[in-house]
Amino acid sequence: MAGTYRIAGKGRLTPARTARFSFDDQSFTGIEGDTLASALLANGVHLVGRSFKYHRPRGILSAGAEEPNALVSIERDAARKTPNVRATVQELYDGLTAKSQNRWPSLSFDVGALNDLASPMFSAGFYYKTFMWPKAAWKSFYEPNIRAAAGLGVAPDQPDPDHYASRFAHCEVLVLGGGAAGLAAALAAAESGVRVIICDEQAEFGGALRFETGTKIDGQEGWAWAQATAARLAAMDNVRVLPRTTAFGYYAQNFVGLVERVTEHLANPGQDLPRERLWQVRAKRVILATGAIERHMVFADNDRPGVMLASAARTYLNHYGVTVGKNVGVYTANDSAYAAAIDLKKAGVEVAAIVDLRDNPTGPVVDEARALGIEINHGRAVVKARGKLRVSSMVVQPKNGGAERTIPVDAILMSSGWTPSVHLFSQSRGKVAFDDATKRFLPGKYAQDCVSVGASNGTDTLEASIAEALSAGEKAAKDAGAKAAKAVKLNAETSEGWTGGMLGAGPGAGADTTVKAFVDFQNDVTAKDIRLAVREGMRSIEHVKRFTTNGMATDQGKTSNMHGLAIAAETLGKEIPEVGLTTFRAPYTPVTFGSIVNHARGPLFDPTRKTPTHPWAEAHGAVFEDVGQWKRAWYFPKAGEDMHAAVNRECATVRDTAGLFDASTLGKIEVVGPDAAKFMELLYTNPWEKLEPGRCRYGIMLREDGFIYDDGVVGRLAADRFHVTTTTGGAARVMNHMEDYLQTEFPELKVWLTSISEQWAVIAVQGPNSRKIIEPLLEGIDISDAAMPHMSVREGKICGVPTRLFRMSFTGDRGFEVNVPADYGQAVWEALWAEGQKHGACAYGTEAMHVLRAEKGYIIVGQDTDGTVTTNDAGLDWAVGKKKADFVGIRGMTRPDLVAKGRKQLVGLKTRDPKVVLEEGAQVVADPNQPVPVKMIGHVTSSYWSENCGRSIAFGLVAGGRDLMGTTLYVPMPDSVIEVEVTNMVFFDEKGERLNG
Amino acid sequence: MAKAAQRAVASAAGNTAKRVGPLDGRAKRTAMVSVEPAPPATRISLRAGKDAVPALSKALGLALPDRPKTSASKGSRTALWLGPDEWLVIDQAGHDMLADCAKVKALHSAVDISHRNIGIVVSGAAAADTINAGCPQDLSLAAFPVGASTRTVFGKIEIVLLRTAEETFRVECWRSFSCYAFTFLAEAARDAAA
Amino acid sequence: MLLIRCPYCEEERPELEFRNAGEAHIARSTDIASQSDEDFEKFFFIRSNPKGLIYERWRHIHGCGRFFNAARDTVSDKFVLTYKAGEPKPDISRAANDSGPAAWANRPPDQLNVKKPAARRAPSKKGKA
Repeated sequence: MAGTYRIAGKGRLTPARTARFSFDDQSFTGIEGDTLASALLANGVHLVGRSFKYHRPRGILSAGAEEPNALVSIERDAARKTPNVRATVQELYDGLTAKSQNRWPSLSFDVGALNDLASPMFSAGFYYKTFMWPKAAWKSFYEPNIRAAAGLGVAPDQPDPDHYASRFAHCEVLVLGGGAAGLAAALAAAESGVRVIICDEQAEFGGALRFETGTKIDGQEGWAWAQATAARLAAMDNVRVLPRTTAFGYYAQNFVGLVERVTEHLANPGQDLPRERLWQVRAKRVILATGAIERHMVFADNDRPGVMLASAARTYLNHYGVTVGKNVGVYTANDSAYAAAIDLKKAGVEVAAIVDLRDNPTGPVVDEARALGIEINHGRAVVKARGKLRVSSMVVQPKNGGAERTIPVDAILMSSGWTPSVHLFSQSRGKVAFDDATKRFLPGKYAQDCVSVGASNGTDTLEASIAEALSAGEKAAKDAGAKAAKAVKLNAETSEGWTGGMLGAGPGAGADTTVKAFVDFQNDVTAKDIRLAVREGMRSIEHVKRFTTNGMATDQGKTSNMHGLAIAAETLGKEIPEVGLTTFRAPYTPVTFGSIVNHARGPLFDPTRKTPTHPWAEAHGAVFEDVGQWKRAWYFPKAGEDMHAAVNRECATVRDTAGLFDASTLGKIEVVGPDAAKFMELLYTNPWEKLEPGRCRYGIMLREDGFIYDDGVVGRLAADRFHVTTTTGGAARVMNHMEDYLQTEFPELKVWLTSISEQWAVIAVQGPNSRKIIEPLLEGIDISDAAMPHMSVREGKICGVPTRLFRMSFTGDRGFEVNVPADYGQAVWEALWAEGQKHGACAYGTEAMHVLRAEKGYIIVGQDTDGTVTTNDAGLDWAVGKKKADFVGIRGMTRPDLVAKGRKQLVGLKTRDPKVVLEEGAQVVADPNQPVPVKMIGHVTSSYWSENCGRSIAFGLVAGGRDLMGTTLYVPMPDSVIEVEVTNMVFFDEKGERLNG
Repeated sequence: MAKAAQRAVASAAGNTAKRVGPLDGRAKRTAMVSVEPAPPATRISLRAGKDAVPALSKALGLALPDRPKTSASKGSRTALWLGPDEWLVIDQAGHDMLADCAKVKALHSAVDISHRNIGIVVSGAAAADTINAGCPQDLSLAAFPVGASTRTVFGKIEIVLLRTAEETFRVECWRSFSCYAFTFLAEAARDAAA
Repeated sequence: MLLIRCPYCEEERPELEFRNAGEAHIARSTDIASQSDEDFEKFFFIRSNPKGLIYERWRHIHGCGRFFNAARDTVSDKFVLTYKAGEPKPDISRAANDSGPAAWANRPPDQLNVKKPAARRAPSKKGKA
């Protein structure tokens, strides 16, 4: 027998199938099918954790997802440590290793428990009031220490080695919850043939049938029916059955997030299995069969290990064959705890007494308990639990006061009734309504196409739940488009019918007491704290919640919210509905980052875009830089070269002979149609109508506000066809900007836009020898200066494949840009490289490209402009068509502020000391000695060492810059002030002779 | 473009560029699904108003579809409706469709995007599940029957999706996103088969 | 994630395929170059930013690529109606908006409690319609 608290013949597990596990380095044996909680209880272990704030010893409260106390760390290996796992949910596997949390040095002796003794200091709001002074100490001292002392488990410090998956799914009917109601609803919907998904957070379907006895559905024992039905559903083609799957969030238009735990229960998960799978389900109809959660009783020291929910004790007995004690006491205000006492008594466990707060409980369960000889104390209360690491007795007193009696027990089972789980309903934005008769919130006004059934709808009996679920399933399928539905009939009977229940604190935990009667176990919130919050002036339940943190732990107050609300209402002298309910928010239970991130890690975190010549660059030692999602060759260092040396060599080589540069990332748009030129006139500042086919022009695009948006060289391939280039970063947004105007402002234009950014690999061949390098590979294109002057474009062939050959230059030297279909990019590059080698050409990267263009005063949009720069600011007024009546930005650029004097203008900056290279982004001032705050008149936008100029060069945006030519300005740096002279922006070949050189 | 490429090779006397695709040599196969790069094909982005559709259909030899989320196939060619005036036409035999369209006088735009897109074929019983790892579309046969096609998203990229058979899809994406698409599909295939 | 009905694709599609493009029915002047500063300010900078019903532009950017217009409730995030660019602004009464399907419901437009106006013969071409 695996564990001394296992009762032979009880439960549904197979005793022979044992599984070994350890808890805090002590070895135990459990049975396959156990949860960690049931296996610990089978071994008599109740103490499993320490509480968040007071470090009080804590045990196992529940047998499900609502567990606030039994949080442990599961450690598979150094990288697989999962903190804050609810022991009641973690399935046992052979070799499982669990550790307790929030204790030092050990679970049974925890230094932090001093907090409990000092707890009068730590009442609600304590932190807010106490650690306000000195203010600076909060960040450096108070917060780190509080965080260290109060807490949950420790996150692993190694990368997560597991992988996580995601799946979008669609169905007509989504059933959330796989208890009797959920299964019945799913069955009814599935029989109509529509797609059904049913999920349940447990490993097995059945819900409350797990602990209920005497149920019969369709002639079968309840649990057996549930298993058979789940299997029947799983065998249907139109049904997806998801156990171990929590519906954690209900979003707009029946979009529901589920997280499936795929391997958490396996001893040796396969390599291919994801650890968890995120399901994003869109359902036409949703059926909420989320059940109900039992509440605890609020009395002094109700958190001692061994004090637990009655239904949990019953689950441990009836499903796992484990008794939670040898001599148990029961404290209840509800019938359901009687059923637990009866089951335990029948299994041979001593039941010391049932203490029922109700004056005169009646009904079948009461009679049966009495018949079994269990002592029933009605009209009495348990006012205190004794024992520290484990409950040892309960102190009973008549509820209106009187003599105390101490009854020795080793466990207390409690129930104050059941709270319908309206979490997901509420998340769907449905409005809950308070049912005064049963003192519970139930689904009221629906906001989405969903329906609640069973216990979550306040339907109490099995028969009624199943009938309701069947009709809901059938209707949902029909509403979602099912053609013919085969009505499903299920007979259900149960011996149980529960009544009773209470909300709020019990006797002994009343207004004038200082005892610790816990409302929220996980956040250590007591009844006293909630009363204090009201006394301190909190009126709204939302304020009470935040002041006390009631319901704000990771369990989100599944057991505590209603008690907290009732105590606040009582203290305020209001009815519960007047005080209101706090909002339920996703996630229902904690969701791992892994499942949310799922595939988007490592290479799938973000697309990495590589150009067609990337493999060549890689093979030739290129260092890459990230430009958006692109990898671009930054520079090509030879052996022994640092970046500086490589870039200097590349810059010099291009001007001496030639260089090859990969410009494939440039955005490219083909503008086609009879109105193509008209469209270009409207989208760019330049005139286009008169541009001859075969010629190119540098174009500037503005936004409507008049600021520069993008630029690029545009080639006119034919009267009705333009090959437009954009900046690398602007490719997508320029396309969107163009489509926007074409579709919504100028829809009458006969023109279409097609992105061809990735159709063409672009190889820039620049330098005096560029023509000699290209010429031998060309077919059908004459590239003599006479036939193909600067700024022209030709179509023909290179290396036997089609090319669009541009003669253009971003270096100021003779240059070409060879466009070839992308898959040929690498081969054409290699051919050009081979030719280039004959002339001593180099490959150059983006850094040399930047330097070379800066030597010539060419700007880069996005570096030398920042979205607030006009064509005039940039000295590009020459590119604005003066006779044009309209283009995007024509009005914006004449706004008063954009034509005002003193705007920042792009100018060249030369340092007095030619060896000093300015920092990009550095501020420019007119007088370095002026008092603080110093007036900054501009900043450096581009700055490089230019080997070709033998000095540093820079651009800056400087207020009134063009009127300051030749004057000295200053760039203050932390260690010095750099003198600069304002110059024009062309530093090399001012006459532009090299374009044809 | 295989044949066109071969013709190019023939014409340039041994001095011709070799074609290199970004997914050359990659494949992922599980018991439930296989993910493989599609062979090279010619593609055009075709834009035209309703009035030009008959002439273009005639020139291309297949009826351009006019309903959303549909496609039409004939021989080696498939035309995918992408928007009310937009089609992606793929010729898997590599025929020159620009030449076909050039004969049409009616107003249209045909742009060669053969190399812009990369095709990936996902096939097998778990093909839809594999794609649904990153694509929010409903891929049931009722909602996305054989022949259905659309531009949509897959993870963090845009794709064009075409169902060529009950258990076969063609995923088209831009060239530089193909590595991401393939890696994601391969990882999803591993999960869908699990 | 919302579902948005694309008037060109004629079905609801996942929000991931769409991109918002700002307020709709703001006409760009055909003679914008001679617009006064005040008029340009109204056109370019001033937006209604209502609490409640807003008419806005969306683009089915990862679908058919079309820009279209939508009437959306900024409080409930509910799309009341979508319609093609160039079609006139539909008249959606306050009451119609309130008594439509509950917020976040996923009902097809033919079940919506709003009348879609008949498109004029020649769609107005001006303005971010």
